[in-house]
Amino acid sequence: MSYHVNEKGFYGKFGGAYVPEMLYPNVEELRQHYLRIMQEPGFQAELQVLLKDYVGRPSPLYFAPRLSAKYNTKVYLKREDLNHTGAHKINNTIGQVLLAKRLGKKRIIAETGAGQHGVATATVCALMGLECIVYMGEVDIERQAPNVARMKMLGAQVVPATSGSKTLKDATNEAIRDWINNPEDTYYIIGSVVGPHPYPDMVARFQAVISEEIRAQLLEKEGTELPNYVVACVGGGSNAAGAFYHYLDEPTVQLIAVEAAGKGVDSGESAATSILGKDGIIHGSRTLLMQTADGQVTEPYSISAGLDYPGVGPLHAHLFESKRARFMNATDDEALQAVLELTRLEGIIPALESAHALAVLERLQAAPDDIVVINLSGRGDKDLSTYLKHFHFDEQ
Amino acid sequence: MNNRLKTLFAAKQKGLLSVYFTAGFPALNDTEEIILELERNGVDLIEVGMPFSDPLADGPTIQASSAVALKNGMTITKLFEQLQHIRQKTQVPLVLMGYLNPVMQYGMERFGRKASEIGIDGVILPDLPLHQYVEEYKELFERYNLSKIFLITPQTPEQRIREIDSQSNGFIYMVSSASTTGKTVGLGEQSQAYFRRVANMQLQNPGVIGFGIHDKESFASACNHASGAIIGSAFVKALQQEGSLQKNIQSFIQSIRN
Ligand SMILES: Cc1ncc(COP(=O)(O)O)c(C=O)c1O
Repeated sequence: MSYHVNEKGFYGKFGGAYVPEMLYPNVEELRQHYLRIMQEPGFQAELQVLLKDYVGRPSPLYFAPRLSAKYNTKVYLKREDLNHTGAHKINNTIGQVLLAKRLGKKRIIAETGAGQHGVATATVCALMGLECIVYMGEVDIERQAPNVARMKMLGAQVVPATSGSKTLKDATNEAIRDWINNPEDTYYIIGSVVGPHPYPDMVARFQAVISEEIRAQLLEKEGTELPNYVVACVGGGSNAAGAFYHYLDEPTVQLIAVEAAGKGVDSGESAATSILGKDGIIHGSRTLLMQTADGQVTEPYSISAGLDYPGVGPLHAHLFESKRARFMNATDDEALQAVLELTRLEGIIPALESAHALAVLERLQAAPDDIVVINLSGRGDKDLSTYLKHFHFDEQ
Repeated sequence: MNNRLKTLFAAKQKGLLSVYFTAGFPALNDTEEIILELERNGVDLIEVGMPFSDPLADGPTIQASSAVALKNGMTITKLFEQLQHIRQKTQVPLVLMGYLNPVMQYGMERFGRKASEIGIDGVILPDLPLHQYVEEYKELFERYNLSKIFLITPQTPEQRIREIDSQSNGFIYMVSSASTTGKTVGLGEQSQAYFRRVANMQLQNPGVIGFGIHDKESFASACNHASGAIIGSAFVKALQQEGSLQKNIQSFIQSIRN
């Protein structure tokens, strides 16, 4: 079984490039050039310097002693929260902006849910002196206000998406429409392993640095490159794709993808796509998608803006169907509980998204000698107002 | 292939008026009345939009009409029920236009069979890529005598236009400028140059220009370069005016073609 994209852009039956003709030239240009550009020594040199000196890589692999004691197993946290801008998203935006420059593009657009991808895009655009427009659902603009402020500070224009559930899916629709209307000078930096081929593969390759580092760091700390579990939350699936990438062909490593159950998988307010979704087409790719029997996309729900998306990337649909990855989920409440737990046990305030990965630790039932690597995809600064309200710290 | 589209384009090479509307809008059961009224007013070809929750290639007008239509309860099943006996009432060429996902969930085979039973002449699915169509569905479309209509844009390279032409039967949908539906910036020099370029290619399929055609002037201008033009958003807007469907349709079509 192959877990890598084939030459037609598919992972098993998922993937492809289901785009209207208006987008074909742009997507095709990218498809023809991305691998060649990414392999150029000059590109790699520039990328590696930026990842090291600007992003702060490698991110630490931290052994979490008190969390490990509580769950009676060896828990390591991959500290993507310590990256510049506070999440894994910048691994991808640095890579794509360098690509955009080589393709001669002058104007950058992006969608964002939690605002982390928007901030990471606005940041690299400031760094490169490029115009930046970020589409963000109205609901998310409200619940992730600190990131909206950061984007503005960085000089990006934040455009509210007001259709549908006014969240990530709708922001993505608006970004795609912008690209249709500006086909010549504009580059679309997609924020996850979603969208038409080659985006899922390209984004996964830029995020793969996460598992590349985990292997080297674990070897140093544990004498083996292979943990028993790698756990990551899945919105579109980019941090999970990065954490899984160099373990896809290591069958002894269990890959755990954690989706947002919202108020419960059966509550009607959930974003657990692997359970609630069916084979369909969204944002240019064939994948698992939450939809009605008539093929209309249904509105997902999660307290976490970054996981509030009705699909998953085609790689993850394939990992689910082939059973290479095990899909679990965590509710809003379980995620919030995990936030407080990590904060009080380890002194680390995680992002709401990342907390979903932490929340399944108990259910994993890992053995005392097992090594569990959890991808801590981002930090919780953007979620503080949610936390203060939920835990009533604002009343004390 | 011999269907109403072929007959239409054989009989008429200039000034064809094609109109798009979203099925289920303004009201769920307006479909038949809109089709018959358009035909009575001399419209040559009708595109019946199958609404989708996430219409990526559409601007605000068709996004809104799609949302209303879905709220009204429109589905592909419902639309086929409404069109079941349409061929007893009109022979105007009918093309279904929509996004791939709802059709995929309905089932492509079932969709083709049902559309052909009803007497649909062609299908436009902008997000079904050319090579996927050729590999998976071309045989099915031909078996059911359905024309598959593809879009081209000012950015489409010549070689790809030729490939699309060779795989098309019916007409080629020439998107007027790089744009989602409903923009009314007018057909500038860039559009005109692209129309001339395509006209000079001597394609086997007739071209019909769409996107941004919204009034008498833009319709006439588009018709100078192709067999005809398609009006979508402007018509959908006209359907929202005060007054009866009949009156709104009549005055809109007259405003284009008086
Ligand atoms: C911190 C963090 N983790 C995870 C995600 C989810 O995205 P993905 O599944 O692509 O990693 C986001 C998205 O905004 C995020 O900000």
